[in-house]
Amino acid sequence: MATNVEAPLAGNIWEVLVKVGDSVEEDDELVIIEALKMENPVYAPADGTVKEIKVAKGDVVEEDDILIILE
Amino acid sequence: MVFFENMGLFNLTWEMLVMWIVGFLLIYFAVAKNYEPLLLLPIGFGVLLANLPMTGLMMVDEGLIWRVYQLGIKWEVFPPLIFLGLGALTDFGPLLSQPKLIFLGAAAQVGVYITFFTAFEIGFDMQEAATIAIIGGADGPTTIFLAAHLAPHMIGACAVAAYSYMALVPIIQPPIMKLLTSETERKIRMTKGRKVTALEKVCFPVVAALVIILIVPASAPLISMFMLGNLFRESKVVDRLSDTAQNSLMNIVTIFLGLSVGATMSADTFLKKDVIFIFCLGLFAFMISTASGILMAKGMNLALKNKINPLIGAAGVSAVPMAARVVQKVGAEADKKNYLLMFAMGPNIAGVIGTVIAAGIFLTMLK
Repeated sequence: MATNVEAPLAGNIWEVLVKVGDSVEEDDELVIIEALKMENPVYAPADGTVKEIKVAKGDVVEEDDILIILE
Repeated sequence: MVFFENMGLFNLTWEMLVMWIVGFLLIYFAVAKNYEPLLLLPIGFGVLLANLPMTGLMMVDEGLIWRVYQLGIKWEVFPPLIFLGLGALTDFGPLLSQPKLIFLGAAAQVGVYITFFTAFEIGFDMQEAATIAIIGGADGPTTIFLAAHLAPHMIGACAVAAYSYMALVPIIQPPIMKLLTSETERKIRMTKGRKVTALEKVCFPVVAALVIILIVPASAPLISMFMLGNLFRESKVVDRLSDTAQNSLMNIVTIFLGLSVGATMSADTFLKKDVIFIFCLGLFAFMISTASGILMAKGMNLALKNKINPLIGAAGVSAVPMAARVVQKVGAEADKKNYLLMFAMGPNIAGVIGTVIAAGIFLTMLK
């Protein structure tokens, strides 16, 4: 079953910390979003494997945009 | 012999050397600690220049920096130009999304008024008390603007106090925030506000400028430029103007604002016991403003179905976006998946407007 990891706030992608195929555990940091000159980690909502990464460093994202799909 | 008598070296006083230490400290904090460097660096250098003997830089009608000060601050040009840039940098979206958050920005002005009466009771006159009190709004250009009108002799001390406390937001605010909230309250997750349309964002600066200026005309110099800058941003048709306002123009003005404010801090105006009171009362104002924003959020929670995280009330002081970042940091300590940053921008921006209105009210009543 796929789980979408969504942007909790608008900003720029500062860093993507995982690759497709990586296994992650709940609460692992997946992506860092920079907003108002502050780095905000986005955490895995559940255990899983990274199926797809929809953003890259420097991308501008809006709140609720899908960043990563876990399965 | 005449040459030696006219050398600055032989005309230095110990008071000037004390002010050098103040200037060096400001430069140190800007360079080594990154405390509001854009302002504290030119202010620090201005302090050094103001305390070099026989330069004539601040000589009335002749001095180079005196002319800059006269044009930029006495004629109230610089603070409104800074507000033009701030407007172009500001996104009113978080505030428009949840308009109730404006009450938090308003509540944070309580510190300003309490400090006004406290300073007056201590012995400052009303104009001086208002100038000190506005430090609690944590808004540098507004502090300079009000001081230039009501108490020009205090402009340097009040500006340095305001910018120092803005730089120290991450140190001053968290203990107050933790003291006034429980762990459970700090974990409250905010409910998302509604989506704000582009039309609303274009209309807001025009409507807000008209309404605020009609109510408090004395706030016009700052509010008008703030809203014009925001209109540049949101209209999306004058990107060049928006870019100039928030970058080149603001940078140029910042250089001369900082330098001329620093140059007002000569030993004879700064080395007075009043300055200690200014710094203490400014800190008091800032702390009360932080607390009153939090307490207002807690009060609102008594009536709200969807609770507000009371931490965001602390962002009602207008140190933008530093205060909002502090809210995010303190909130994340309680729950790392709680993203309060953008919610805190609502009261943060409301705080800017609230402080300008407070300054306008002081001007109306006291000038």
